[in-house]
Amino acid sequence: MAHVVFAPGLRRFTDGAESLDVDARDVRELLRALYARWPALEARLAEGTAIALDGEVIPNGEALFERLSPDTEVHFLPQIGGG
Amino acid sequence: MSERKFRQVGTRPIRHDGLDKVTGRAQFGADYSLPGMLWGKVLRSPHAHARIRSIDVSKALALDGVHAVITGADFPAAAAGSEAGGEGGATDFHDLGANVMARGKALYHGHPVAAVAATSSRIAEEACKRIAVDWQVLPPVLSLDAALAKDAPILHDDMRTTGDEPLPKGPTNVASRREMGRGDLAAGFAAADVVIEREFRTPMVHQGYIEPHAVLARTGEDGRSVVFCCTQGPFMVRAYCAKVLGVGTDTIKVVPTEIGGGFGGKTTVYLEPLAILLSRKAGRPVKMVMTREEVFRATGPTSGTHVRVKMGAKRDGTLTAAEAVLVYEAGAFKGSPVNAGMMTVFAPYKLANVRIEGWDVVVNKPKVAAYRAPGAPMAALATETVMDELARALGMDPIDFRLVNAAHEGVQATYGPKYRAIGFVESLQAAKAHPHYRAPLGPNQGRGVAAGFWFNAGLSSSANVALNEDGSATVVTGCPDIGGSRASMALMAAEELGIPVEQVRPVVADTESIGYSDLTGGSRVTFATGMAVIEAARDVVNQLRARAAKTWDVELDAVAWQDGRAVATNGAEGKHEPLTLKQLAGRASATGGPITGRASLTARGAGPGFATHICDVEIDRETGAVKVLRYTAVQDAGRAVHPSYVEGQMQGGAVQGIGWALNEEYVFDAKGALENPGFLDYRIPVASDLPMIDTVIVEVPNPMHPYGVRGVGETPIVPPLAAVTNAVQRAAGVAVRELPISPPKLLALLDAAS
Repeated sequence: MAHVVFAPGLRRFTDGAESLDVDARDVRELLRALYARWPALEARLAEGTAIALDGEVIPNGEALFERLSPDTEVHFLPQIGGG
Repeated sequence: MSERKFRQVGTRPIRHDGLDKVTGRAQFGADYSLPGMLWGKVLRSPHAHARIRSIDVSKALALDGVHAVITGADFPAAAAGSEAGGEGGATDFHDLGANVMARGKALYHGHPVAAVAATSSRIAEEACKRIAVDWQVLPPVLSLDAALAKDAPILHDDMRTTGDEPLPKGPTNVASRREMGRGDLAAGFAAADVVIEREFRTPMVHQGYIEPHAVLARTGEDGRSVVFCCTQGPFMVRAYCAKVLGVGTDTIKVVPTEIGGGFGGKTTVYLEPLAILLSRKAGRPVKMVMTREEVFRATGPTSGTHVRVKMGAKRDGTLTAAEAVLVYEAGAFKGSPVNAGMMTVFAPYKLANVRIEGWDVVVNKPKVAAYRAPGAPMAALATETVMDELARALGMDPIDFRLVNAAHEGVQATYGPKYRAIGFVESLQAAKAHPHYRAPLGPNQGRGVAAGFWFNAGLSSSANVALNEDGSATVVTGCPDIGGSRASMALMAAEELGIPVEQVRPVVADTESIGYSDLTGGSRVTFATGMAVIEAARDVVNQLRARAAKTWDVELDAVAWQDGRAVATNGAEGKHEPLTLKQLAGRASATGGPITGRASLTARGAGPGFATHICDVEIDRETGAVKVLRYTAVQDAGRAVHPSYVEGQMQGGAVQGIGWALNEEYVFDAKGALENPGFLDYRIPVASDLPMIDTVIVEVPNPMHPYGVRGVGETPIVPPLAAVTNAVQRAAGVAVRELPISPPKLLALLDAAS
């Protein structure tokens, strides 16, 4: 049961929900569940988003097959670049 | 992991590439030549904002010695879409294509509008002068305020603001607006005993790498290209050129030359697609080398910024709330590092109530490129300067004040997730314990303290470790060595193999000689490529154990690897004489063939870096000049693989930050032409300007890396802007709100105060 936390900017796509517990084995399942519940979220997350899993920031597209443990905390963050 | 005793890691061998570099034998970007080579030059826009009605290249083509001319019309229709780059940052290939060669509109002074290949650079320059461009000059947008004004000229007619509501409607210069935060901001500020709100401005600054961009490209009749260039990422150059030119990556081979600095500025392409296209048209190799002026006008820089920070604290020093609005210049195309500014602005501190807003704004200046911890130093300037003022208002020692609020393992970062093991508290404690912090100060002298945070990246890397027949080894990676990474790769391979580091030869390979590797950036190479090297070396060790098992006719688990030797174990102790790596390598052909270890991985577990810097300055009240008297940089490196290069990164970052604080700025005239495109007028600090930068490496191992490594390259540029500013404020007794703190600016502040 991953715990997903939504930043203020995402909450207009989640009917105001600040967080949600999702039963998912990996990020792909998690995203499917979120998009099924809130279809407009998919386009918003496609706008250069990274995903943080238990503190580690991973570009969204690279995270699909990351395993989720029952207490994984998930955040969506803006993508950034390093120098 | 933390208890492992290292034999090689943590030592300071001479870098493998050192001799060639100090004797001038190393070949950098401009050192390559090929038979029949032509010289390429770029015609650049003399206007900061202008529509191109037409371009006539006929007179250039008619010039003797000219073999090819290209303009925007020679490129395929702009590539669409974007792709993750450097540290997960997205690259928009439509914009990238339009940046390397203007399509219909020039968006900054120096924007390429045509390029020529000729038998000499002089002829190419002359040909550029003969290209006739019919310009419709447009009013330029040269500041954030001008870009955001109600009736501002619009750079891109199709730009609409993306991000979080409320968003501007219709055509705009605001590419994005984002918001993040948590808690109850109003309640947090209401609970504070002291609230301070300040605004800061920083100008565009350049990375200031010494080596100008250079490329040599040869495109054959079969359409295949070989590109020699100085870059932080040969695979990035291959991918970006393929996208911009509409060809397959298999048609481009990129050979990375030695690189004379990048600091993020060589994580994109400028000349490379032009040289490939010119070579394709001319049928001969084409070499292009930027002048220093071109480097300043048309590459880099990082954003000019306007940042407002408001923070509140209780009398005991506990922070109760923080709010920030960050507005960053992206240059001519969207994509400033404001997102990273938002995520780093309060990252060092425990904060329950926080709100952060970020704006990405286009202006008629060169498109910004990554610069060492992109976006973070300007954000930290605001936070750390307000933190210093809060400490003074509360009557607290500035380090003690930070210790009260410092993030540690388990704390929810202001950008969202919880921290794993981090070393911020340890870096503050080490700074406080340093003799520098207790040294007396004289008249007109002041001491500033500031902290800094950077994420560090993982991403993808490949490594091969090949065992030679005499027991030496070759380590091959695809990440250019900017900060001494060859030595670090060799040390890690030597550690695993159990041989002297001098017997390991580290090589940076071209794109056809090693598996895909993301670029050198995001402080990721020692961490992530090092992880691949460790894995590849362990692959070699397992093969060596198998050869020993075959030799002794025992099971694999009866062979252990200890100090560079296969030894019998697991009940077979003492039954076989150990076999050294050299012996096993010498018999490799008889026991199964050559031994090569490989690893390709996407590294997970990059640990954030934290730093605390202390700066002493003396101000001259007559001239406004600021002299840095003493500077100490403290940083958590997780595990320093080669401490000299960790210290070098800390010193280099500090010096670049000092330059940003005191001297460096892009100065534009009213029409948008850069007035100081050279090191004479764009003054970076030199050795004689500065004291020795003292360093303290703190080691809080990163639990996600086999040796505990964290990236170190970017964090050290985050604190200096504020460390210097705080020192000047304390020395001068004036409030500094704008960088650089150049003599005329400080003099004006002193005059106003008196």
